[in-house]
Amino acid sequence: MPVKVIIPTALRQYTGGQGTVSVQGGTVAEVLQQLSAEHQEFGKQIFDDTGKLRSFVNIYRNDDDVRYLEGLNTPISERDELSIIPAIAGGA
Amino acid sequence: MINTTTLSNDEIRRYSRHLIMPEVGLAGQLALKGASVLMIGAGGLGSPLALYLAAAGVGHLGIVDFDVVDESNLQRQIIHGTSTLGVPKLESARQRIRDLNPFVEVTGYNTGLSSQNALEIMRDYDVVIDGTDNFPTRYLVNDACVLLGKPNVYGSIFRFEGQASVFGVKEGPCYRCLYPEPPPPGLVPSCAEGGVLGVLPGIIGTIQATEAIKLIMGIGSSLVGRLMLFDALEMRFRELKLRKNPNCPVCGTNPTVTELIDYQAFCGIVPEQASLPMENRTTPVELAEALRGDRPPQVIDVREPHEWDIVHLDGARLIPLATLPAHLHEYDRSAHIVVHCKSGARSAKATQLLKDAGFRDVKNLEGGILRWARDVDPSLPTY
Repeated sequence: MPVKVIIPTALRQYTGGQGTVSVQGGTVAEVLQQLSAEHQEFGKQIFDDTGKLRSFVNIYRNDDDVRYLEGLNTPISERDELSIIPAIAGGA
Repeated sequence: MINTTTLSNDEIRRYSRHLIMPEVGLAGQLALKGASVLMIGAGGLGSPLALYLAAAGVGHLGIVDFDVVDESNLQRQIIHGTSTLGVPKLESARQRIRDLNPFVEVTGYNTGLSSQNALEIMRDYDVVIDGTDNFPTRYLVNDACVLLGKPNVYGSIFRFEGQASVFGVKEGPCYRCLYPEPPPPGLVPSCAEGGVLGVLPGIIGTIQATEAIKLIMGIGSSLVGRLMLFDALEMRFRELKLRKNPNCPVCGTNPTVTELIDYQAFCGIVPEQASLPMENRTTPVELAEALRGDRPPQVIDVREPHEWDIVHLDGARLIPLATLPAHLHEYDRSAHIVVHCKSGARSAKATQLLKDAGFRDVKNLEGGILRWARDVDPSLPTY
């Protein structure tokens, strides 16, 4: 079933400019893997060479950090919204 | 010395719209008058911050900044003006604050924040506000606030998007609970490439100012434990829950960061020209000469179309970096090619890409179109 994923500005260049995408998957990992399969560069941005989520990228199911749920195995349904929140540093 | 136990008649008139609210009242206004706030940065976020904190009557404002006012700042840095172009931002901000509210005392620190001076500068302030533009300083501010036990009012912006929270208070999470380590250079877009909607720092900076004022007066619910996200294009605010991470390297139960760290200063993608051999580099003056010669090179501009619209070189062809691989078949491997971008970093990647694809005579224009405008054709606009 499709899950809504919110793409941050910094990564939209890797999803063809889309701010939200609809992706199939029943867990956070499945959704992100499907997304990476559809947009290869996107995958490289959020996962490192060993397939681990990069330390400056956080994933939220609705308003909860999945690190405090079941990590990448956190289940997700079509009622949920997945947010990718990378660190940003601008201020000037 | 500021008298923080009473308000003068002048101050009562000035702050009357605060004083008539029971949540603020005389006690709240005196708390502001007795408070000291340190702002790191007097730029995009720092501008609205300084203006609103000064207007609100914060008694002592410290500002850390070593930059001077540049024309490209004025699209968003509203504390500065055309009349203070070229003036140190500290001095420019001080003038504006003095005009806005002469009751505010301003202390300037004309220096970059480092592991050497951060604790010393921050020690005497009640609240620290992070309005910097780079990861190393953000981690420095976070760690110093945790070590000193001071609230760190955080705000950050990128293009159309902003984040805000309050870190550093004992019971709440810190920035490292959220992101344990800064990203390595090269994996985040550079500041110059990124851009920012001018009004965005106004929105995030005023959220920071609001949080600082609430912390000082002890009213309302702060952003401790919450990350506020703002998307200007969608005009949407969202809020995420933040938790204190027991394994946090600086505020966790067994911290591994016990002193301040100076991370490598970078602003996103590091210039890659240095890694190209001399035979793959050329300067604007050399290119101008080659273009006048018998065998002029083909010039490829690897920037984006909206940058091309601002300024471009006559005779160049626009092929944005991301689409370059799809155009390689149009060129002979022995063609004489020069690639350029804004300042040389993206075109260095393009040069490497062409070399790897078997092109034998490809050069990167060092310093990009900006250096071309400086050294060859000063009539061109720069951005």
